[in-house]
Amino acid sequence: MIRETHVNAFTLALFVAIPLWAVMADEPFTITLMTRAAVFAIAAIGLNVALGLGGLVSLGHAVFFGLGGYAMGILAHHAQTYTALAEWPLLIEGTKSMPVIWLTAIAVSSLAALAIGILSLRTAGVYFIMITLAFGQMFFFFAISWSEYGGEDGLSIYVRNGFPGLNTLDPIQFYGLCLALLCLVLVFVWRLAKSPFGLALNAARQAPVRVETVGLDPARLRLVAFVLSGAIAGLAGALFADLNRFVSPVMFSWQTSGEIMIFVILGGVGRLFGPVVGALVFVALEHWLGELSEFWHIYLGLLLLLIVLFGRGGLIGMVSGREAVHD
Amino acid sequence: MSLILLIEQILNGLQFGIMLFLMAAGLTLIFGVMGLINLAHGSLYMIGAFCAAAVAGKTGSFLLGLIAALAGAAIAGALVELVVIRRLYRKDHLDQVLATFALILIFSEGTRWIFGSFPLFLDVPDYLSGPITLPGGIQYPLYRLALIVIGLAVGLGLYLLISKTRLGVQIRAGENDREMIAALGIDIAKLYTIVFALGAALAGFAGALVGAIQSVQVGMGEPVLIMAFVVIVIGGIGSIKGALIGALLVGLTDTLGGIFLPEVMKLFFDPSTATSIGSSLASMAIYVLMAAVLVLKPAGLFGARA
Amino acid sequence: MTEQSVPLTPARQTPVLETRGICKSFGALRASREISLDLRPGEIHAIIGPNGAGKSTLIAQICGTLKPDAGSVHLLGRDVTHQATRMRARAGLGRTFQISSLAMDDTVLQNAVLGALGASGRPWRFWKDALHDRTLTETAEEALLRVGLEDLARQRTAELSHGQRRQLEVAVALTLRPKALVMDEPMAGMGPEGSRLLTGFLDQLRQEAPILLVEHDMDAVFSLADRISVLVYGEVIATGSVEEIRANAAVREAYLGDEA
Repeated sequence: MIRETHVNAFTLALFVAIPLWAVMADEPFTITLMTRAAVFAIAAIGLNVALGLGGLVSLGHAVFFGLGGYAMGILAHHAQTYTALAEWPLLIEGTKSMPVIWLTAIAVSSLAALAIGILSLRTAGVYFIMITLAFGQMFFFFAISWSEYGGEDGLSIYVRNGFPGLNTLDPIQFYGLCLALLCLVLVFVWRLAKSPFGLALNAARQAPVRVETVGLDPARLRLVAFVLSGAIAGLAGALFADLNRFVSPVMFSWQTSGEIMIFVILGGVGRLFGPVVGALVFVALEHWLGELSEFWHIYLGLLLLLIVLFGRGGLIGMVSGREAVHD
Repeated sequence: MSLILLIEQILNGLQFGIMLFLMAAGLTLIFGVMGLINLAHGSLYMIGAFCAAAVAGKTGSFLLGLIAALAGAAIAGALVELVVIRRLYRKDHLDQVLATFALILIFSEGTRWIFGSFPLFLDVPDYLSGPITLPGGIQYPLYRLALIVIGLAVGLGLYLLISKTRLGVQIRAGENDREMIAALGIDIAKLYTIVFALGAALAGFAGALVGAIQSVQVGMGEPVLIMAFVVIVIGGIGSIKGALIGALLVGLTDTLGGIFLPEVMKLFFDPSTATSIGSSLASMAIYVLMAAVLVLKPAGLFGARA
Repeated sequence: MTEQSVPLTPARQTPVLETRGICKSFGALRASREISLDLRPGEIHAIIGPNGAGKSTLIAQICGTLKPDAGSVHLLGRDVTHQATRMRARAGLGRTFQISSLAMDDTVLQNAVLGALGASGRPWRFWKDALHDRTLTETAEEALLRVGLEDLARQRTAELSHGQRRQLEVAVALTLRPKALVMDEPMAGMGPEGSRLLTGFLDQLRQEAPILLVEHDMDAVFSLADRISVLVYGEVIATGSVEEIRANAAVREAYLGDEA
């Protein structure tokens, strides 16, 4: 058995070593795959805040991922067409600056998470799952019918957005940016889990009545967790859109929500590196199995079934032999 | 906007609602009795449609197609219950979501493997095709009217099954008190398989019926599944009556919203803007309805348990 | 809701916790019938009664998880009938549960720190390690020391014995520095040694915070209680000192009958 911290260190080492190798071997496609894994990992870490710490089984995180994507798409679209986003009550113009886009993505997805959270956290259990799924579908159909921004076809952005001091068109530089953000988010969530808020949220998942009898409000703790979770997923959405230079309603689809959840489960729920391992393994499977068979989702489905039925604690749990953190 | 158009659209809404009811009834029954959230219910809908299209295509008989849909979905349901689902009853909702999500992947890709990515077509039989003239001179497609009648008949049958038969007694006992059915000496494992197969058959039947007016393709089940979730959230989990009322509300809201919201918007905007805003709003109408119910009655209109 | 005053035994001091004529029905079942009780500074007031007498329902109404159909609950002289559980906790009502309600995957210390965190009223901190926050850990460790769990602070709660979980319940309640304690069968499932230790501990604790004690262990009740109320079919049939209760004919008939 390998210790979980060693698994984590090894994973991080892979995120550094593989792209470095790819640069030397001149394999830009591998860098793109690793960028994809890093971005998925951020989204999944976001979901893990709600799911692993808060115990909130949200099947609607595509909403925040998609909003982040559309924040990027809409801002960059207006910048590239030289049109204003809004002229009244104040003039808002598009932008090609990543930091501005990221902040917008985080702000928009947090607000959406706040609204959806207030409504859906009135319920629990199966209701919560169904409602988050339904809100995801609502955004999906809205994006499809919103013809101003491409409707069903989505929006293409011709040139990747810029970051001060970097050439984001160079795959390894853009990857470095995503990896840096991944590390930042990891540190933030690591601190979050140990913080007073994290302690209370953890307890609210396991024994909500107890949390209430010490004078805290479990509902409010969950809502804040849901908002933080949505904000992180929104950031990932903006990065994903920049990676593909394209956004479409697919980002809002229920499959996207399901995939983000798969990343978390593959790696291990409630573990800091669970989502990271899960995203990396998913991208690897998608690449290799996808080459072997057009129908690789069957194998993914079977793998997922096996993990759910027999392997509690995800891949990290199997390797490190520690029980699931979350019951 | 004429009265005739209004009546036509109300009928369309009813027809859509009734089909949603067949999905939602199975889902809510399975949740009520076994406490299971089944995302793969949409796959059973799809399986029903494919069975019907394949058999009707080979034999030329729509009726045989329907029978194949019922049988195919029920058998698929029973098999899935025996192999996978029964291992999930004791697990938490997260595991249920993931396992049934995995089933969607397997069913969808498996179907694509067998039938390919192109849609199949299931034709409305001659004796049900063409319009019928309703009182008041309204022309309405006979097949859609038949869907309403068949759906209501199935609903009635379900009601009789649950309120009048021995199986129904067991199902109700299972919904109220899981320990009691064991105490009554009922074979729970068998009961669960039957209930799951029943729910699957309802879904497959709906898939086949709807398959004749839409195309039969991979992925057709999930949008309907999510709509059925909205229905259940509105009606209240575990309540068949709630599923019926919720389904009709959702069906009517969705259909009428799509027609009337653009018209209403024309009062405020120029026609093309109105159409685009109106259709955007219409796509959100049922979710707004769901949100409103959540604010007023978090456990749904007829929900006993939250 | 009637504001009509219910006759109380003349209080020597203002009660810390008080219920005035609370009623609660579930359908045809009347689980609480006009229950009026009080808890005075420095005392242990035990509530006894056969199973199904409505003790849990009463506690739920005192702590705020159930709302009475009629009547009111007062904490430190303030009407808290319409306040949520957590507001009552903040006002100084500590509680232990019949069935341990603890974060089982967390350590003993983390559970105690949760109590301290609740008492501090500042959970909205997202960066600093809660277990490195001295004000929180000192409160938590002090409470663990008092119940004798200091050596198990790093243990996972799920690994504790039944009795140790009870002790932890008490410790978490203590971190709130409660003005009144409601304890639901703290002795249940404890060995004789554990019961003896806890009895001794509660004996001292009453000076710090009076205790409303629901307990089945009659030896503990009779050795600890200053007053006892007997609940039968949702009704208080007698309140009085240990001797008065022992001598009360109605009580002997309704409750102690088969033991006496």
